[in-house]
Amino acid sequence: MRGNFSTITKMVSAGVVAAGLMISAPARAADDTIKVGILHSLSGTMAISETTLKDAMLMLIDEQNAKGGLLGKKLEAVVVDPASNWPLFAEKARELISKDKVAAVFGCWTSVSRKSVLPVFSELDNILFYPVQYEGEESERNVFYTGAAPNQQAIPAVDYLMSKDGGSVKRWVLEGTDYVYPRTTNKILEAYLKSKGVAAEDIMTNYTPFGFSDWQTEVSAIKKFGSAGKKTAVVSTVNGDANVPFYKELGNQGIKAEDIPVMAFSVGEEELAGLDAKPLVGHLAAWNYFESVSTPENKKFIADWHKFIKNNKRTTNDPMEAHYIGFNMWVKAVQKAGTTDPDKVIDAMVGVSVPNLTGGYSTMMPNHHITKPVLIGEIQANGQFETVSKTPGLVMGDEWSDYLPDSKDLISDWRAPLSCGNFNVKTGKCGGKGTN
Amino acid sequence: MKILHAIGLTLLFLLTTLSSSGAAEADLRAIIAKFATVTDFSETGAVVQELTATGDPAVERPLAALADGNLYVRTADSMVFVGKEGDENVQLFDPLSGEPAGEASEDDITKISVNNTLRRTIRDALGTLTLGSKDPTVRIAAADTMFKTPDAANIGPLDAAIASESVASVKALLEQARAASILVSDKPDADKLAAIALIGARGDRDAVSLLTSVEANASGAVKDAATAAIANINSTLALWDAGQNIWYGISLGSVLLLAAIGLAITFGVMGVINMAHGEMVMLGAYTTFVVQQVIRTSFPGLFDWSLVIALPLAFLVAAFVGLIIERGVIRFLYGRPLETLLATWGVSLILQQAVRSIFGPTNQEVGNPSWMSGSFDVGQLAITWNRLWILVFALTVFGMLVYVMKRTPWGLQMRAVTANRRMAASMGIRTPWVDALTFALGSGIAGIAGVALSQIDNVSPNLGRGYIIDSFMVVVFGGVGNLWGTLVGAFSLGIVNKVLEPYAGAVLGKIVVLVLIILFIQKRPRGLFALKGRAVEA
Repeated sequence: MRGNFSTITKMVSAGVVAAGLMISAPARAADDTIKVGILHSLSGTMAISETTLKDAMLMLIDEQNAKGGLLGKKLEAVVVDPASNWPLFAEKARELISKDKVAAVFGCWTSVSRKSVLPVFSELDNILFYPVQYEGEESERNVFYTGAAPNQQAIPAVDYLMSKDGGSVKRWVLEGTDYVYPRTTNKILEAYLKSKGVAAEDIMTNYTPFGFSDWQTEVSAIKKFGSAGKKTAVVSTVNGDANVPFYKELGNQGIKAEDIPVMAFSVGEEELAGLDAKPLVGHLAAWNYFESVSTPENKKFIADWHKFIKNNKRTTNDPMEAHYIGFNMWVKAVQKAGTTDPDKVIDAMVGVSVPNLTGGYSTMMPNHHITKPVLIGEIQANGQFETVSKTPGLVMGDEWSDYLPDSKDLISDWRAPLSCGNFNVKTGKCGGKGTN
Repeated sequence: MKILHAIGLTLLFLLTTLSSSGAAEADLRAIIAKFATVTDFSETGAVVQELTATGDPAVERPLAALADGNLYVRTADSMVFVGKEGDENVQLFDPLSGEPAGEASEDDITKISVNNTLRRTIRDALGTLTLGSKDPTVRIAAADTMFKTPDAANIGPLDAAIASESVASVKALLEQARAASILVSDKPDADKLAAIALIGARGDRDAVSLLTSVEANASGAVKDAATAAIANINSTLALWDAGQNIWYGISLGSVLLLAAIGLAITFGVMGVINMAHGEMVMLGAYTTFVVQQVIRTSFPGLFDWSLVIALPLAFLVAAFVGLIIERGVIRFLYGRPLETLLATWGVSLILQQAVRSIFGPTNQEVGNPSWMSGSFDVGQLAITWNRLWILVFALTVFGMLVYVMKRTPWGLQMRAVTANRRMAASMGIRTPWVDALTFALGSGIAGIAGVALSQIDNVSPNLGRGYIIDSFMVVVFGGVGNLWGTLVGAFSLGIVNKVLEPYAGAVLGKIVVLVLIILFIQKRPRGLFALKGRAVEA
């Protein structure tokens, strides 16, 4: 979902391609191993977020091998570097599947990189595990979405803010970076808020470019919007890199969480590691996992991670948990199918249930999305989140939003006999249309 | 021993007589002890209510600690303490007296959690309790809180506080808070009209916020007065808004100037299309990070000086790297702009990846010294300290650079080499060295720009990327080879951008600015201040 681009990147993509080729690991031909592809950017603008996921995958694969591997074979990670370059994602995916013959691929972060690899995965019939929260409006046979759909993050977050505990918010600022994830999420949120009786003049939507660093005008506009005598909150879908200057400006202009709380969907432990969190105490984030969640599974995961990365200060975050769930699901499905053949594994995946790190089980649903709890956390002075609200049960990922006119009649069910990612319940036909 | 005992007894006696009364303290302790058994936020809120209902100023300490997330329960005996996080253990203090009460490891105590609703309740409660504080800033904060959360019950305490207030400015704030409270009370309309006049005179956003809610609930003359007051304030605020936009523009301009000023030397004066310029800025920012790391671990007292210490180091680091780049790559490519562009682009990728390998891909935390945090008001303008200092810093750097270029022998040599290389060489100037040092100077200045930018932006390997296009834009727009052009270019781009932004939005605003620049360059290909004379043709 998050992403970044620059015109220069495109100008010299040739150079980046060369850099990417140098870094990609050589594939060893060995039939006694099962290969797992890792498709995360290790250089370029997205390296900041994706490198961690590559390391998390290597750790998970190591641990599985220590447990004796899979189907009597060792797992072997094949790491490639798509270098934050979207067309290169497709090339690297093709290389992983055709040349390295991987059994499944774990990767992508931005929606645009996912969209760029989709045709490759359906053409070559392989499996992609996508670990990041995204805008929904998609369900592909070859993709398993282990991150949150909008109803697993955005809607519960807004519900919390509207509740008495969250401050009974009446006026909303939807602040986002200008690309597909914030625009779609805000479209869904706007429809949802209006269905809850919020007037159009009580919603302000604003978009800023990628990597935006001068937030003075935006923050003072938020201040102004918030001085209408009604409780105001900001729902932020601002991209990772632009968040630090955004929060710095909020702190400097004296916007306190008690007055105008900011609920963020893209700020995790990793982003907070880059700034002094003291002025931000009380601002909120909605995720399906926080490092501070105190369960035995999570404690072990954090300890393993620190040991693997050899740094006790490295944080864990939500997309890492998504990979943890996705990888364990894949292992279980392969064991169930008795083969790594993608066709059989895809069928075996639906219904697989594995423990998540927040003390429950996550299950793969027929729409290739999973069930997760939704947590609302407040930023603490040490850069961690403290859970202030948790959904009572698990929330099932809803790929086609019920709040958008184009997608409300669509459902997805990849089990036979329906086997359709966009079935229109009104017309009874497969092949309905979403918003993007 | 006996003497000690006697002293102890006397102290105890003094303490009990000093505190309001022994029995009241016991009551407070009984209420505070209830924090140990709360299970959710509403229960915590109930205990907070009970504490504030006592009206005892002594509850300020535990409540403030709770709001800051510093109130703990010791698991072993369910005692409640104010905690202060130390290096390993949490130091414990008595919640009422503030006396040290030993320490405990994080596993033995549980923090009482709060959310924003609770923080707000506590802040409002403390507002009433701290009205009589000796510290004027605390009284101002109290008046401010009471203004924002008006309550008819506040009128009495405020009347008393106004009567005993000696500082005029605080008194005015208290009167405004009283007026706000009158508006939500059932006092006669005449009082309310006077209150609206008083609040209308305050003329800021908080006043609008309050009057809007009054307008929605009132009727008749009060409603009309509120409507008129809002309209009046809004028309004044519109003017201040224009001023605010221009200040934002100046501030953005200073950031652009800082980012571009090094490039004005390497690209503007030397004509090298230096795509690695942004990475010099990044190196400066990382130098700041390293300096702060060393200070944090070894000399915590010097933290406020960290930026001053980082400045010369950042200059040296970036200048040194610049020198290596010039001697190693660029000197072979003079006069071949395309190759320079590609080579410096390659250098920039190498530098980025090197920093990523050494420091990791994640953002590094660079703290703001206290003198660069927060904001102050000029009329209705909120000016943040970090932006103001960056403006001052940018202008200082610019001034020094102009001085070096125009008034020192080195600057003269630089200009001579740029104007006519062969003639300068014939006059005995070692042109290769002048080239190297000029490039190092430009890089060094980019480095110190990095120190300033680390205060407002991410310190990550991608830092430089965000500034390279803007820097080229400023230098080209201002006129290549002219420092004053860079100054005017930076500020005019900044102001145009920020004046457009509220109307067009950040995305469209930027596009409009780019289109304007393209049109301008069509008309004046050499920028605002074109160099004239033979140097241009060379």
